[in-house]
Formats: sequence, C-alpha cells, structure tokens
Amino acid sequence: MSGLVVTNLSVSHGAISALRGVDFSVELGQLAAVIGANGAGKTTLLRTLSGLKDANSGSATWKEREILGKKPEDLVRRGISHVSEGKSVIPELTVKENLVLGGIWRGDKADTARAIEEVVGLFPRLGERMEQSANTLSGGERQMLAIGRALVSRPKLLLLDEPSLGLAPIVIEQIFQTIDQLRQKLGLTVLLVEQNAMSALEIADIGVIINLGEVVATGPANELINDPALRAAYLGY
Amino acid sequence: MQKALETLLIGLSTGSIYALMSLALVLVWRSTRVVNFAQAGQAMFSTYIGFEIASRSQIFWLGLIFAIVAGAVLGAGVDYFFMRVLFKHANSGPAAVVAPVIATLGLLGLIRSIVGLTWGGEFRAIEAPASKDGYTFGEITIPFSPLNTLIIVTVAIILIILAILFQRTNLGLALRASAYAPEIAQLAGIRTARTRTIGWAIAGGVGGVAGMLVTSYNFLTPYSLDLLLVFGFIAAVIGGLESMAGAVVGALVLGVGLTIILNYVGTSLVFIGGFAVLLLVLLIKPDGIMARGKVRRG
Repeated sequence: MSGLVVTNLSVSHGAISALRGVDFSVELGQLAAVIGANGAGKTTLLRTLSGLKDANSGSATWKEREILGKKPEDLVRRGISHVSEGKSVIPELTVKENLVLGGIWRGDKADTARAIEEVVGLFPRLGERMEQSANTLSGGERQMLAIGRALVSRPKLLLLDEPSLGLAPIVIEQIFQTIDQLRQKLGLTVLLVEQNAMSALEIADIGVIINLGEVVATGPANELINDPALRAAYLGY
Repeated sequence: MQKALETLLIGLSTGSIYALMSLALVLVWRSTRVVNFAQAGQAMFSTYIGFEIASRSQIFWLGLIFAIVAGAVLGAGVDYFFMRVLFKHANSGPAAVVAPVIATLGLLGLIRSIVGLTWGGEFRAIEAPASKDGYTFGEITIPFSPLNTLIIVTVAIILIILAILFQRTNLGLALRASAYAPEIAQLAGIRTARTRTIGWAIAGGVGGVAGMLVTSYNFLTPYSLDLLLVFGFIAAVIGGLESMAGAVVGALVLGVGLTIILNYVGTSLVFIGGFAVLLLVLLIKPDGIMARGKVRRG
C-alpha cells in the first residue's frame, strides 16, 4: 500500500498563489524532509494536508484514500497528526492536560495513560513537569510537548512543521534524534518541514525541495544534499 | 457592625446570582468571542418554563430543573441554528466583528416577543422555596433570610459542579482547549464545533438557574431579567471576561459593592454605582481584577 501521495496540488491565499502543481509521494515508514526558504509554501503544504486549509485543485491521498477537504479532527481519526508551526501547545493548560488532549477522541483513558507514559519515556523532562503550566516551559520543552501531544493520538503519519524553529543548536540536535528514533521505533511515516536543510536531510530518507510554491527537486536525501537545486532554493541562483 | 455584616451577607447573596449570569456570558465569550446579549432572553424563556412547572407542581426545585434543561436546549439551539449559520456567512471583514453582537441583540428582541405573545406582560410570581423573612435573633430581625441562604448554597453547588466539570473531566478539558486554542484543539482531534455548542448549552442552563433564583424573590416579566444581564455583564468585565473564577469574584465584588451603596448611600444611586465600579476597574486594571501576566504563545 502506498503512503502519502500528493498529486498536482495547488493552494492559494486569496488571490496569491502559494503552491502550484505540487507532486511528490512518501512511502509508508519513510521520513520525508520538505526543504525550502521562508515563504516557499512549506507551512501551507502541511496545513493543507492536515485539513486546516482548503486546496484549490489536485489531490492528496493517505493509504489510497483522499484527505483533501476533510476536517483536521477527522484526519486525526485516520492517523494523521499535525504539529503546527511555533510549538503547538496550549500555554493555559498544564503539561499533562496538553498530553491528555491528544487522547480524548479515542475515548480510551487507559490507553491514553499508557501513551503518555511512553511520551514521558521519550522526553523525561516532561515527566518532571507534568503538573506545571505549559506556559512555564522552555522553547525546547514546548516542542517536546507538542510532539508528545501528537504521539498520544497514536498517529501513523506525523506532520511536523519546523520543529527546530527558535531552538538552540544542541536542543535541535536532540529533537532531530528523537524524530529519527520515533520513525524507527514506531514505524511512523513522517513529513518534516524544515528551513534547517542539512539537519533535516541527514535523518530523512527522501527530500522534497520547494521554491516559490513549486517542487524543484525530489529524490533520496543523501543525493539532494549536493543538488544545486538546494542551493538555488535558498540563495536564488 | 451589625449593619456591615448584613450588608456583606446580602451583597454575597445578590452577587452570587450575578455570578451565574456573569459565568454564562464568560463561557460564551471564551468559546465564541461574542458577548451574548440574548443570554437575558434565553434565561427569561427558561425561567418562564420553570415558572410553569413550578406553579403547576408546587415544587420550586422541579421548576429549576426544567429551567436548566430548557436553558441548555435553547442555548445549544441558538449556537447550532443561529450562530453557526451566521459565522458561515459573516466570517471576514468588519461584519464578522459586529454582526454576531448585533445578532444577539436581535435575538433578545425576538425571544422577548415570543415570551410576550405566549405569556403576556403580567407580573408572575413563583412561590419561594424558603422564607423571605429575615432571621430573628431575640429582639433583632436582620434582612438576611433563609431564602438568601438557599440562594447562596444553590449557587455554590452549581459552581462546584462546574469547577469539577471543567477541571476534572475530559469534556471540561476539551471545552477549555477549544476556547483557548481552537486550532490546536482540532489538531488534537477535538470536534470543536460540537464542543462549542455544548459550551452554549452549559451557559444556557446556568442562565436558567440565575433566572429562577432572581424570580424566587422578584416578579417575572419579559423585562425582569434585564438588570441581571447588565450587572452580570459588568461583573464579567470586572473579572476580565476570560476567566471563570474572575466572573465569580467580579460578581461577588459587584454584589457587595452595590449593597453598600444601597445601604449607606441611597437606593437611587445603585444603577449608577454599577457603572462607577465598572469604570473604576477599567481605569485601574483594564484586563480585569484577576489579570496576571500574559501567556506566551508559540
């Protein structure tokens, strides 16, 4: 069975076109890095795939079923969890409440508790801060919490939007290692959107380079690292 | 000394009813970003239902339960059939800001007309579930009555139930998450539209209790809950509009403040006094008395 297949996807913000004819696919269990400069359309791509934004045309399927035009809460039920841009945690809630939130829809309290234990195993720092308000967490901890919340939903496809944004290099490395581990341990399919091209391509199987709303190169991650298209996407030549 | 204590007790009893209306307004504001002026109409309609049941069965509490149910059904209906449609058609530009508020005013008028046509404008009374005569200690009778005690206890029970619901249950967590960050809640799998309708239902039920309690010591007319709306709204703003605890504290402060004016200054100044308290809070702490530091998003 194929994993995520995006075909001829076009999305716009009002009159401004954000994505044009985007094509790529990710096999089950693969980690794909979507690389591109600021404003290339990466975030729009993820928001469209998770149901937060409507597409103009094209299709996107997950396990051979269409996902465009569905609501985010329905896509979560089909195994797609999106960790949105800017550390998507709710600062007014405690760490534990943020995690529990990801499990409510399943209606299985015991399994939610197990999932939370697994997340704490992955990010012990969260375990020490369970009853604290999420507002008191550092940037790195917030990112861990955001990913943890998504994991409590027991996803099969994880959409990650710039997990490295605004974090210290050492924390970035930790986060990337964890993402790599997750993919291996849980067999997750991951679509990772990143400006931080090198770190992302290092752990990715395949890469998709986006420039000004169009895919300019796709291929095995280790080959893309030396592709001139990569430089062009960032430097413009 | 005795007068001061009486003032405090009466103030708390009055404020506790404001607290319910204030909570109803805050619940809707947090989830929908609309100050729901129709809340007075919804509460009034629910109270008329409660009045019908209470006067037929001669059991106040049965009337209260029906008022809660009627308020919840009406609240959910207003969100589902009215606000959802409205937001679909007016979701951008200046209309999106103004339309919902004006719409709730229109709805208030509509409910008032329906109630007027159904029950007429006469004064109705519900037999109070406890004596309105003040407690007597030897020679002295104070204005604080068993009915006041009952009102405070009833409100306290409702507040405890709400606190447990919001703080200890998954539904409460979903309600809070959908209010604070609807997009993240959706991404976590919460059906936010449905959750919001439940929030409106809770607000409606709470408004129904407020209406019944006011009517236990006052007459019921299609206009008798208007002051409750005004003071509930002032209390909500004093509390910062966002915080449920703030709504309660704001209401108690307002209730005691107004009773002080009533007892020590003069009856004619009570209404103005409400706005004076509001103005004072807005000047000194515009984010409400419960405001703490801003939360850091992202």
